[in-house]
Amino acid sequence: MADYKEFLNNINREAYHEGEWQWQEGEYTVTRTYHYSPPGCHNSCGVLLYTKDGKLEKVEGDPLDPHSNGKLCIRCLNMPEAVNHPDRLKYPLKRVGKRGENKWERISWDEAYDTIEKKVKEIKKEYGSESIVGIHGTGRNINYQLPYFYQAGLETPNVAVMFFTGFACYLPRVVGSFAAMGEFVIVDASQAHEDRYMNEDWKPPACIIVWGNDPVKSNGDGFLGHWLVQCMQMGSKLIVIDPRLTWLAARADYWLQVRPGTDAAMALGMLNVIIGEDLYDHDFVDKWCFGLDALSQRVAEYPAEKVAEICDVPAEKIRGAARLFAKSKPSAVQWGLAFEQQISCMPLTSATISLFAITGNVDVPGGMLMVRAAFDTQRMYNYGEEFLPEGKMAKKLNSDAKGIAESSIVPHASSDVILHAIETGEPYPIKMAWIQSSNSLACPAMDAPRAYEALKKIDFIVYADPYMTPTAVAAADIVLPVAMSCERNSARSWWTPLRSMTKVTQYYEAKSDEEIIVDMGRRLNPKAFPFKNDVEFIEAYIKNDGNYPGTFEELRNKGGHEYWEWDTIYRKYEKGMLREDGNQGFATPTGRIELTPNAYGFWGLDPLPYHIEPPESPVSTPEMFKEYPLIMTTGGRSWEFFHSEHRQLKTMRELHPDPLMMLNPETAAKYDIKEGDWVWIESPKGRFKQKATFFPGLKPYVIHTEHAWWFPEKEAAEPSLFGVFDSNPNNLTPAGVVGKGGIGSPIKSMLVKIYKVEEGVNDQVMPTMQVTRMGGFKNVTK
Amino acid sequence: MSQNNEKTYGILINYEYCTGCHSCEIACKKELNLPEGQFGIKLTEIGPWQINEDKWEWTYMPVMTNLCDMCSDRVAEGKLPSCVQHCQAWCMYYGEVDELAKKIDGKSRMALLVTKQRDGN
Ligand code: SF4
Ligand code: SF4
Ligand code: SF4
Repeated sequence: MADYKEFLNNINREAYHEGEWQWQEGEYTVTRTYHYSPPGCHNSCGVLLYTKDGKLEKVEGDPLDPHSNGKLCIRCLNMPEAVNHPDRLKYPLKRVGKRGENKWERISWDEAYDTIEKKVKEIKKEYGSESIVGIHGTGRNINYQLPYFYQAGLETPNVAVMFFTGFACYLPRVVGSFAAMGEFVIVDASQAHEDRYMNEDWKPPACIIVWGNDPVKSNGDGFLGHWLVQCMQMGSKLIVIDPRLTWLAARADYWLQVRPGTDAAMALGMLNVIIGEDLYDHDFVDKWCFGLDALSQRVAEYPAEKVAEICDVPAEKIRGAARLFAKSKPSAVQWGLAFEQQISCMPLTSATISLFAITGNVDVPGGMLMVRAAFDTQRMYNYGEEFLPEGKMAKKLNSDAKGIAESSIVPHASSDVILHAIETGEPYPIKMAWIQSSNSLACPAMDAPRAYEALKKIDFIVYADPYMTPTAVAAADIVLPVAMSCERNSARSWWTPLRSMTKVTQYYEAKSDEEIIVDMGRRLNPKAFPFKNDVEFIEAYIKNDGNYPGTFEELRNKGGHEYWEWDTIYRKYEKGMLREDGNQGFATPTGRIELTPNAYGFWGLDPLPYHIEPPESPVSTPEMFKEYPLIMTTGGRSWEFFHSEHRQLKTMRELHPDPLMMLNPETAAKYDIKEGDWVWIESPKGRFKQKATFFPGLKPYVIHTEHAWWFPEKEAAEPSLFGVFDSNPNNLTPAGVVGKGGIGSPIKSMLVKIYKVEEGVNDQVMPTMQVTRMGGFKNVTK
Repeated sequence: MSQNNEKTYGILINYEYCTGCHSCEIACKKELNLPEGQFGIKLTEIGPWQINEDKWEWTYMPVMTNLCDMCSDRVAEGKLPSCVQHCQAWCMYYGEVDELAKKIDGKSRMALLVTKQRDGN
């Protein structure tokens, strides 16, 4: 077991300059601060930045930082390569050729800003600010910066991760948690306590379900996956629910290898066992839960045998896992992105909440900790919406269907409705897009070929990124160079602690996201942007919107982090900390955890959980399954890349040169595929190719493909476009296919067929050529 | 070198928990400034394969090459070897081999790695 006390005792604090935020070490200036994307990740680990002559030379982890204890993944270790890469954008550019030709001319920031300001003002006047779409990606600036700029600066209610159907990432788990509990929860791996694993109140979870994610690689949603490995070393047992074997699954007491897209049935089956065998926490349920009777009736419809058949997992394993989870105290659930990437998203979320609620694991040490962002820096996507001009909120492009989108609890506009508006001009035309921190075509865009066509239809596109991407080449008119991690002042929380980033270098004319936002915001809507610079913008967020008592400089000088007491307190519901009226209980209509959330009913959803078959599956489309006999799951993370980032970096490509399609060796033999063969993956919607790698940890009828590949080493101009469609699973994913309430997207369970790429036989037309020159995949041209 | 020549230093790997994250490899590459293809420490991977209905074999284990100098400069400054400092899984320990050996209790899979630190025969 890694002994935390021993670790802290043995660290040579002098050697790591405890108490200093900047010092000299030989020829290097060393700065103690935090990383925040770009390049990417949802996390901010403590770093020591080594700079010389204004250049980042080396990055080390900071062993005195309690968040990550000096540990770094290879993306931060390799940051100097990313930051100093010759492909980076150095100056603002304006397009001089046609879109797609990759012809640009260097312009000044003033010219860029002037052009944009003029355009925005014209569009606002002629079409209304709602005809501008604000597009963002994940991590980085989505927490408060871009929503503020888009709503307060561009004054548009249409903010979205574009071409991303069904809000298929994270938000639904947040919304579902608020519906059931009035708060969000995370696995308590001691991260709220500054003294971490030594904290006297804390204990490691006795059992952790890792569900639909591979956290040691993904570090999603502000949670460092390797905290779980530390918990394992302190005794935590694992249950892993995943169609694919992961490192964690190989060490789990139970690995439930579900058929992709059937997770809600698994949750119901486990509830059936726990309620049926009376393994739940009666005291907690009696006192703090609502709706057990109705839930019991529903889960009675899902006995383990039935669930075994739906999920293709032996009934005995389902029972065993449910018993282990219920009998372990405390237990926790590390849930992941797969929750939203199936259409059972909302029932799966509420059923999972019921699992950890009825077993008494909410807000207990080592259970599911109720968290808020440190110092109440809580507002995210709705930050700045108070500056929307009157009547604009009503113009937000939401789905008509009665559902969550309509109730505006998801602060985003609906990507599908915006897509429709771009394509048809209904209910009003989309004239401009501002894209910052999203390589839409390479990564989030479902039905990427359709997204490509749609982007081309938008009159004016501003694109801000550290690198030239295929999305920029295809569609941008003005490109702005964005500063990376060590080139920016910023602050963020995403739970705790509050952390700051200190600018130590400048790359040519690149500006940080915050600087661009402030510069442009001051021009467009000075009332909402009284900030002189980036630091004032950041302070407005942490001090005024949140309640951090210090300044940005004070936070920096403290070494860049500050913990927050609220998050460290357990059983907040007993202490009157959750409700506005100060009473005990939860901030829900009943004051209890609602196993059948009233809010679901209000949104037109069934408050009781249920299983629903994926739209394409051996069960729902048996005819199609005959021709497309494999289920493709996609999107698993790798050590080297964060989504579409890092593909330029030699160090990463040395470890991971090609996009990999994993398949069971049995399946490979059936299709005469050898390890390392390039393989076409095809559905009626199109095809793409990846390199085969054998992996026995998949069922023979399931394959896994990687997402977000593009090839910076290939020609930028169309029809090459960095090969962005060649290996892109989003050639196959649908836009507009969603779960009930407009939430969830079935992109981890799609039916496909595979065949070898054969030179001269079926590789005449590459997908990128097909999309950029032949109007897309009306037919697959071989 | 500040290391006492009488003592032998090593790295204990609790490889039951090595996730194969590559951080040791890359931290070392950066520390020693190694070109493409060269490593001071390199991961080996065994598996995955299925042992029986419920068990899988999937093991990672890093191995130090002849390029490893046990981070003698860093250690002289009081810092941890770079691979140990950055190991995400907390599965590497640096120290004097007798001390490290005490951690080996047969409850986890461990290996004590030692490089050549003085002339042998
Ligand atoms: S998880 Fe990795 S990429 Fe993210 S901040 Fe930490 S070290 Fe950097
Ligand atoms: S001790 Fe230093 S030189 Fe040796 S493998 Fe680790 S990082 Fe490389
Ligand atoms: S850093 Fe640690 S966990 Fe990662 S590969 Fe090396 S030994 Fe394994």
